[in-house]
Formats: sequence, structure tokens, C-alpha cells
Amino acid sequence: MTLIGIGQIILYLGVLLLVTKPLGTFIARVFQGERTFLDPVVAPLERLIYRVAAIDPRKEMNWKENAVAMLLFNGCGIVFLYLLQRVQQVLPLNPQGFGAVTPDSALNTAVSYVTNTNWQGYSGETTMSYLTQMAGMTVQNFLSAATGLAIMALFIRGIARHSVATLGNFWVDLTRSTLYILLPLAVILSLVLVSQGSVQNLSSYASAQFLQPTADTSGTRVTEQVIAMGPAASQVAIKHLGTNGGGFFNANASHPFESPTPLTDFLLLLAETCIAAGVCYTYGVMVGDKRQGWALLTAMLLIYVIAIVGLYAAESAGNPVLNGLGVDQHASALNPGGNMEGKETRLGIGPSILMATASTSTSTGAVNSMHDSYTPLGGLVPLVMMHLGEVVLGGVGSGLYGMLVFVIVAVFVAGLLVGRTPEYLGHKIEPFEMKMASLLILIMPIAVLVFTAIAVVTDAGKAGISNPGPHGFTEILYAFTSQGNNNGSAFAGLNANTPFYNCTGAIAMLIGRFWLAVPTLALAGSLARKKLIPSGEGTLPTHTPLFIFWLIAVILVVGALNFLPALALGPIVEFFMMPH
Amino acid sequence: METALSHQKKPLGLTSEIYSRAIVDSLKKLNPRSMARNPVMFVVEVGSVLTTGLWVQALGGHGEAPAWYIGTVSLWLWFTVLFANFSEALAEGRGKAQAEGLRKARKQTMAKRLAHGARHGMPFEVVTSTVLQQGDTFLVEAGDVIPADGEVIEGIASVDESAITGESAPVIRESGGDRSAVTGGTRVLSDWLVVRLTAEPGGGFLDRMIHLIEGAKRQKTPNEIALNILLAAFTIIFLTVCVTLLPFSLFSVEVAGQGSAVTLTVLVALLVCLIPTTIGGLLSAIGIAGMDRMIRHNVIATSGRAIEAAGDVDVLLLDKTGTVTLGNRMATEFIPAPGIAKERLADAAQLASLADETPEGRSIAILAKEKYGLRGREVNAIAATFVPFSAQTRMSGVDISAEGTLHRRSIRKGAAESIKAFVEQQKGEFPVAVRQTAEEVSRSGGTPLVVAENGEVLGVIHLKDIVKGGIKERFSHLRKMGIKTVMITGDNPLTATAIAAEAGVDDFLAEAKPEDKLNLIRDYQRQGRLVAMTGDGTNDAPALAQADVAVAMNTGTQPAREAANMIDLDSNPTKLLEIVEIGKQLLMTRGTLTTFSIANDVAKYFAIIPAAFATTYPALNALNIMKLSSPESAILSAVIFNALIIVALIPLALKGVKYRPVSAVQLLRRHLLIYGVGGVVAPFVGIKLIDLALAAFGWA
Repeated sequence: MTLIGIGQIILYLGVLLLVTKPLGTFIARVFQGERTFLDPVVAPLERLIYRVAAIDPRKEMNWKENAVAMLLFNGCGIVFLYLLQRVQQVLPLNPQGFGAVTPDSALNTAVSYVTNTNWQGYSGETTMSYLTQMAGMTVQNFLSAATGLAIMALFIRGIARHSVATLGNFWVDLTRSTLYILLPLAVILSLVLVSQGSVQNLSSYASAQFLQPTADTSGTRVTEQVIAMGPAASQVAIKHLGTNGGGFFNANASHPFESPTPLTDFLLLLAETCIAAGVCYTYGVMVGDKRQGWALLTAMLLIYVIAIVGLYAAESAGNPVLNGLGVDQHASALNPGGNMEGKETRLGIGPSILMATASTSTSTGAVNSMHDSYTPLGGLVPLVMMHLGEVVLGGVGSGLYGMLVFVIVAVFVAGLLVGRTPEYLGHKIEPFEMKMASLLILIMPIAVLVFTAIAVVTDAGKAGISNPGPHGFTEILYAFTSQGNNNGSAFAGLNANTPFYNCTGAIAMLIGRFWLAVPTLALAGSLARKKLIPSGEGTLPTHTPLFIFWLIAVILVVGALNFLPALALGPIVEFFMMPH
Repeated sequence: METALSHQKKPLGLTSEIYSRAIVDSLKKLNPRSMARNPVMFVVEVGSVLTTGLWVQALGGHGEAPAWYIGTVSLWLWFTVLFANFSEALAEGRGKAQAEGLRKARKQTMAKRLAHGARHGMPFEVVTSTVLQQGDTFLVEAGDVIPADGEVIEGIASVDESAITGESAPVIRESGGDRSAVTGGTRVLSDWLVVRLTAEPGGGFLDRMIHLIEGAKRQKTPNEIALNILLAAFTIIFLTVCVTLLPFSLFSVEVAGQGSAVTLTVLVALLVCLIPTTIGGLLSAIGIAGMDRMIRHNVIATSGRAIEAAGDVDVLLLDKTGTVTLGNRMATEFIPAPGIAKERLADAAQLASLADETPEGRSIAILAKEKYGLRGREVNAIAATFVPFSAQTRMSGVDISAEGTLHRRSIRKGAAESIKAFVEQQKGEFPVAVRQTAEEVSRSGGTPLVVAENGEVLGVIHLKDIVKGGIKERFSHLRKMGIKTVMITGDNPLTATAIAAEAGVDDFLAEAKPEDKLNLIRDYQRQGRLVAMTGDGTNDAPALAQADVAVAMNTGTQPAREAANMIDLDSNPTKLLEIVEIGKQLLMTRGTLTTFSIANDVAKYFAIIPAAFATTYPALNALNIMKLSSPESAILSAVIFNALIIVALIPLALKGVKYRPVSAVQLLRRHLLIYGVGGVVAPFVGIKLIDLALAAFGWA
């Protein structure tokens, strides 16, 4: 660990905390339908959209109507994105003349972007036309994030309200999320990225002559390098803000045209976590008790900091195998120290592990270093962060509502422990709520474990593995963990662009998103209908350090216990097999 | 007659007979149809069957592991199921024993049925109680057992209700009023009653009680269902974990190029250890024990739901008389009028009260004796004529003619207004000071009785409501738990304020009429609060029906008992406080055992994972932090611990977690420390000890 590395971590966390309250306040205004400073510019556009789409913004809907709207909207998104990829060869803005994407890859990619996963089996710069990137990927980056925020807004209202059947209007929340929150932030961030050197053009690829020709693996002489171009900056900005994570280029955020400078790296890191942190504050405002929001953020950040420190320690310690070979892995003026394999030398360990933790804690999945090259324990951290259900910050919107499900489970057991039938913020937790909450905590582990199990016993599954031993197992586990949690980061090393992985992955992603979203809305609908139970001395407060500790324990036990055996056969045994 | 339920708290009451019956019952409960009701334990049973099959296979020489090993694992898995069944059978067994006592009381009753509309003295026919219909009238005479629940329509009699209350003192039952309900199975001691049947035979109070005690009618409460869902979710997750571990293991063997895949026996063992068997196995016993604990407090709850609701109550409506205060007012002080000696007042007051058999009257005599040494005089020794209280004069007292003289002492005590009229009639004067004193007494919550002799006012007796000892502390405990206490009284607001302050209740309702009570309950419920109350009279019935937890006194009327969801056989209104505690205990026991059960999993992983993959990945032995002697011993120790912990926790499940009147945060901290942290640590110690024992005896 270096002073600079620690400084970077502290600086990042400090800035994150600074933006939480102003951003959270703003988001609360957006979802409570209040006036914001953007109204003069955005409100006319918003009204226009409602008029064109024939939406009555004042009409409130119950959970079922909202769920149907959400599924319909996202279903159309999948169909549209699939078709766009399949016919891109006949559409304009395709200077490189890319052909149609294969059906299985197109399906996987369509599901991937609509579910906010942004798992990529393909390489952007050799597969997708500019039109597909802009009208397909970038648009879904906005809409999938806005869907997450809209579900969250509906869920929060479920908790804030009592004795009503309606939660709000999905269409309105979707529109306002996009216009007021995501679009303005994305425009600003894109401009900063461009100012720092990200590309934003529609030109065909440039090429450069090598000063010294080289040879590729097959021995063919290579004399020039093709430099990919495109409207990258505009997509990269929302990719991080919307916790999407699908890179414009295959190398994702480690590509200099996506993130050219340390400043952009820092801003992208901040972008993928700021909304997730901000909505905790929004939650506090909307339920009328800001302490509730801070308590959730505290629980999240405590786990987050432990993960950052753990990952940093693992990567700084370097690779024990190299130690045995006499390689100097100690940080010095000329040596970043630690395990630098798969990391950008221009970034170093600090920013790499920060992005890795942020990317897997949220549902971003964007990477600026290759997780496959991490030390075993280093690779364990991103895996565990996803196994927790991405509730530590989590995806925009989905992180908070995922966290609230854990809160309900924690409140249920804690309520019993103090001798009251459990209640949360005035809502009694009854069999229906537990049914939904149980469904929500059990779907993800089942999807991840079952698909991993199928992959490790089928030839099609085993064919993708590129590393021997437990590491190969980790690659598969990581792939399904990433897709089942709508994360999208890849451990790399696994060749996942095959019909087997494309199809199983698509199913895992659909389950991870919509099988969770619908019970979430059902839970919200049920909570909203409940009579308010006023709090008193006997009510268990849900903002105290004790409750935060308990909540963390529940998250860790529910998250970690399910995956411990699998992890033991992957990163954990890999760690113990190394010389120490 | 032997009483089925003695009053007051009884010890656990586990006899060897109950134990032996529980052992038989736990075997009977292995029937998959009854096991299926409990998803957690059903999974264990299926696992046991599976490993038993593997054991048989191993005996045939084709086993995946040595037969002794698979056999031992299977044996302990069966024990896990049996121990859980045993806990339930034990909890039910106590109820069954009590129910049998009650059944004896019900058996072979004959009824003297009267013709429709017939009255006492008319001929009757003797029939067995089972043929009686609702609406029939029957006669019961001294020595008869009342054949079924009913309402007295004629007569008055003393009835022995010890069969249901355990109280041997007979009670009076008479037609009309608040004492008209009789219960089947009780016995008339003297006189006779004509009773109209109000319940179908088999649906009467005694029958309901038997059903409740036996648990035959026990339905799962909402909270129990919710917990069951969570436990089922955990079971499904861990089932997936264990099922997928087989392919993971096959793959690992393939890539590691050594060892063999994890055996089914180990997977089943891991599954049983991971799923929440501790709480799953004890959950039903906890519920039954909660009901049973009520019964041991002589409270019959009509449903488990009511007990659960009791734990949630946040407003208690308490009748002043009998709950907050002792039933009666007591004289506490003599305040003489100006110029009158205290002794003279005390003497006069005592004389006026000698024949007054009301508790107030007796308390005056006692105060005079204790404070001024005035011994009670023989009533006959003095030529006295007692003047009883009458509604017209609203006074009572005594007229004494001194021997041989015409002088006559007329002593009266009564309300200030009445005494004023009395003295003014005799040309006396009512001093201003006395009026002020009387007002002060009223203001302080007491009742002033003014004493006068002939035309002279002697002073004031201060009658006071005596707040029950220790009640203030209990109310402050309740406050800490977030429960609001509201005193209901017919007194005027002035008196009510003073008593409320002295007793430390949070609020009061003065000059309360029955409909006020109902409205108050509705108000609180509109605010989302759960209200508990006690009642006995017919006019309490609407409020009882409205309250979330309604406790009727057993001495109460039939409508009150019908409207309530609990009946206190001791008819002690303070019992409400204990009912709340029992409700909380029930929930806490569920919560603590759930936490403990899940927390246990951490250690079990550390025992089983290194053992399961010992041949494939010997490096994983680094996780064997308990240094268990061998893979077989590790898995056996975990399984044995998992089974024994159920037995170890049966007493806790039956007794319930000790209730403490502290705030929610303190309670949570305490329980998380004991059952959360304890739940993580205990199995490390337990499994290690079992492993040491197994190794020492060379069993594994």
C-alpha cells in the first residue's frame, strides 16, 4: 500500500460523501414532482413526451399496472435492440461495414443492455456499427438505468405511503429519471470526457504505421495499427452514471479513448457510485426520516470500505509465486509494487482496485483493469460484492430497493428478537411481505449456482475455459454471478461468445432483473396498502448503530453463506494452493 | 373432584408419563404426511431416508463410503428428526394430560331436561347431556354436574367451578345480572338452577378448552407463517447450494486430477447442518408452549393469534377498580372539625361503623383501632340501634341511648351534602372549615365522609382508593416497552386525576360509560394501535369484541366471555400484564432461536467444507481451523452437534426466553449478543468437543 493509493481512496470516498446530499435532495424533488432548477429547460420537453405518448402524468397506478408497464417497455427495448443488431449492415453510420450480429450474440446483447447488465460477449470496435452503439446501446444505457430509478421511486413510495393502493406512475418516473437526472449529468460528463481526450466522432477507423514492424502470434508481419473511432464519450458517460458498464471499446475503461486521464478515471468512478449513494438520501427525504437514508448508506459504505481495503491489501501484497522467483514487488519510486498484471501502469493499483470494487458493488461492471489477473483473494472481492446481491450502493435504483429487501428481512428477525411482530417504518411485516422478500433473496443465488453447475458439467460450458484448475471454475462462476446480478463485468479469460454462454447468460440476466423487479413492486404495493402503525418506545428503531450492524450481519450471512462452498472451490482453494 | 387446572403458575409439569408418551409420539410423527407440514424437518427426513438407502447399499458392498460411516450419519440424521418431533410431542403432551383431566369432568353427565317453557317444580326427564339441543332448558340441583354451558333463567345456587378454575371456593350463580353464566362440567353445591342451553354439546366452553389445550384446533399464526416462509426460503437456497455442489465437485476432481467427488452422504449431512433445523424443529413446540404458558397462568386463549397480538399491544385499558386499585376504598385519616378532639371523631366514626359490614365501614373501625387504640366494642353491650345506609338519606350511623337517661346520641356518617341536611335539621351548623376539608379530600382523589353527632359536625373521614402495591413499577416497565396504560374509571375527573398520578398510568378516562370505552378503543385503533382490555359485564361485551386482545373474567357474563378472545379463570384483571409478557416471550423465543440457528452455519461450514473436499483439494485443510481429527469425524461431529443442539434447546423452547422490561434497543443488543454471537461461537466449541470425544473413543 502506498500513501498515494490510500490518499486516492480517501479522496474518492470524501468526494462521494460530499455529493450525496445535494444529489439526493435533487432526486427527491424530481420524484416528488416538485419544481427543480431544470424546469425552464426540461419541463416543456417532458410535457411534450406525455402528450405524444398519451400519458396522463397525474394518473396513479397500482403495483400490477406499473409492473405491466415496466415489462412492456423493457420487452419492446429487447426486441428493438435485437432487430437493430440483426440489420445493422443495411443501416447507415456503419463506416467499417460490420455485418449482422449473430442471433445468439444479438439476443445476449439485447437482454444485457435492457437489463442494465451490459455483459459483453462481443468486442464493440469489431462488431457494432455507430448507429447500433448510439441508437441501441446508448439509448438502453439511459432507459435501463431510468427503469431502475423508476422502480426504486415506486418502491420508496410504497414505504412512504399508507392505506393506499397506488404507488405512482411508472411512465412519469421513467421520463423524469431520464430527463432530469441522467441526461443532464451525462451531457456534462461527456463534455468533460471530450475535453480530456475521449473520442466523439463518426469517422471511419484511423490507421498508423508502426515505426518498428512486429509479428502477431501466428508469425504474420504487422506493420500498421488500426485505431478505432466513434461516438465514445457520449456512451461512456452514461455507461458509468447509469451503472451499465458496457464498454464502447472492448478494453472498457482501461482504453485511453474511453478514459484518457486520471481525472476522467476519477470522474467515471465517482459517476458510477454517486447516484447510488445519493438515492439513499433521497429515500430518507421521501419517507420523512433522513436518518433512515443515512443508516442505509452507512451500512453500505461500511461493507464498501472493508471491500476496498481488502482488495487493496490483496493486490498490494503481490503474487507469492513471483516472490519466489526473486521479483521485486515492493512499492518504490520506480515500482508501483504489488500485483500489476492486468492493470494499467498509468493508473496503478489504487485507481484499479477502486474501479473494481465500485464496479462490482454497483451493477456497473465497467473495468479499468482485468479481474482475471487479480490475486486469488483479490479476485474474490469483486465476486463477493456481487454475491451480496449488489446492494452495497448497487445499481441505480436497484441497489436501494435490493437493500430494502434485506432491511425487511433484518427487521423481521430483529422484531421477533424484541418480542413484537415485526414492523418497518410503520408497516407490519406479514406473510405476504416475507414471501416476496424470500423470493427476492433466493432467486439470484439459485440462478447463479444452477447455471454454473450446468456449465461445469457440459462440454459446451467447459469449452470456454482458458485457465486450468480452480481458476477456470472461478471464471465460470464469475460469468454467471455477473450476469445473474446484472453486473456485466467479466473475469475475462472465459470465451463467452458462444451460443451456450450467450443463451444461458441471457436467461440469467432476465431472471436477475425482472424476476426480481416484479416481486419488488408487489412488495411495494403490499406495503403501501398497510395501515400506519405509529412508532413508540417498543418500536425497534432502524437507524441506530446496532441496527446497522445487524443489517450488515444479515447481508453478509445471507450473501456469503450461499456462495461459500462455491468460493471454496474457486478463489479460496487457489489462494491456499499458492506457496506462502 | 381432582382439579384439572390448579390456579397460579405451575412448574413445567413434566412427568415421566408425559416423557414416555412423547417418545412414542415422536415416532408416530415420522409419518411423511404429518412431516410435510414442516418443510425444514421434512427435508431432513427425506435426507435420512436417502442416506439409509445408501447405507443399505454399502452393506451390500457397493457403498460410496464405509457402511459404518454412512450408517452413523443416517442414525444421527434420524435422531435430528426424532428430537424435533420429541419437542413437539412434549409440548403437546402437557396439554393432553390437562385435557384428560377436563374430559373426566365432562363424561357421563345426565341432564334433567324440562319441557319447553317449563319452570322449576315441573316434571323433567333424565337424558344424557349429548342429546341436549341449543335452547333446551334443564334443571340442576345440589350435587348435579351442569351438563353444558348455559344461562341461568331461574334460581340462585352456589356452584363449584374448580374443574375449570382450580379455585375451590364456590361462586354464586343466579338469573339475571352479571352472574348468570354457567359452564358445563361445574357442579352445583346448594340450591337449584334452571338453565337454558346456549352452546351445542361439544361446542361449549369446556370442549373448546379441551380442544385448545390439546392443540387440535391450533392454527398457525400469521407471524409463524411468515417465519416459516423465511425458513423455507433458507431451506431452498441451501438445497440448491448442496445440489449444485455435486457438479462443482465433479468438475474440481476433473481439473485437479485427484481425489473423488463429494459423496451423497456428505452432501445430505451438509444440507441438514445448513438448513435451519434448530428453529425448524422447535418452532411448533414454541407455539404450543406459548399457549400452554397461558394455561398455566390460568388464561385460556381462544387462538394463538390472540397470544401473538398480546405481544404487540401498545395500549392497555385498565379498569381502575380491581386492576389499578384494590377493590375498595379504605379510611386513611380522621380530620376533626375545629375545636373537636381527634379521639372524639375517631370514637364516633367507629361507633357509626360497627355494624357497617361494607369494606369501607370495616376499614374505618380498623383505622380507629390501630391509630387511636379504640377497641372494637361489643355491639350488644351498648344499647344501640343501627341506621343502615338508605338511598333517601344517603347516610348510615347509629342511635345510642345512654342507660337510664333520655339522652340520645345520634351519630351519622355520609356525604357532605347529606350530613349538612342532617345537622341543619337539628338546628346545627355546618362549619366552613369542614366544607373546605371535604373539598380538599376530593381534590386529592379521596372520598370525604363527614361525621356528625346530633347537631354537631365532628370532622371528616378520608376514604382513599388504595393503589395496588408495586403497580407503579409495573406501569413504568410497560412504558419502557412502549406500552401505554389508560385507566378507565367511573369517578369524576378530579378523583381520577389524583389516582392516575399516584398509580403512574399514562392517561385516564373519567366518568366512563361503556360506550366511551368502545369509542376510546376505536380511536386508538384508528391511530393504528393495538388495544388490550379486560372486562366482565355484559355492557363490556361490545368493547371486548372491538379490542385486539380482550380478556374476560371467568366470573363474567356469558356475552362478555363470548366476545373476548381470552378468558382469565382467576378473574384477576392484573393478569393482563402477564398476558402481554407471555406474548412477547413467544415472539422472542422464535427470534432468538432463528438467529441462533442461522448463526450456527458459519462453524458448520468450517467443519464440513475442508472435510468434503479433502481428497480433491488437500490445501483446503487450511480452513479446518477447529483442527478436527479426520474428515469423517468432522462431518459426524457437525451432524451430531446439529442433532444434540435441538435437545439442548427444548427447555428454552418450552419455557420461553426470559422476559425483561427494557427498551427495544437494549433487548436487541442483549439477544444479538447471546444468540447471535453465541450462535456463531457455540458450534465451534461443541463440534470440537464432539470431535475430541469421537477421536478419544476411536469411533471416527
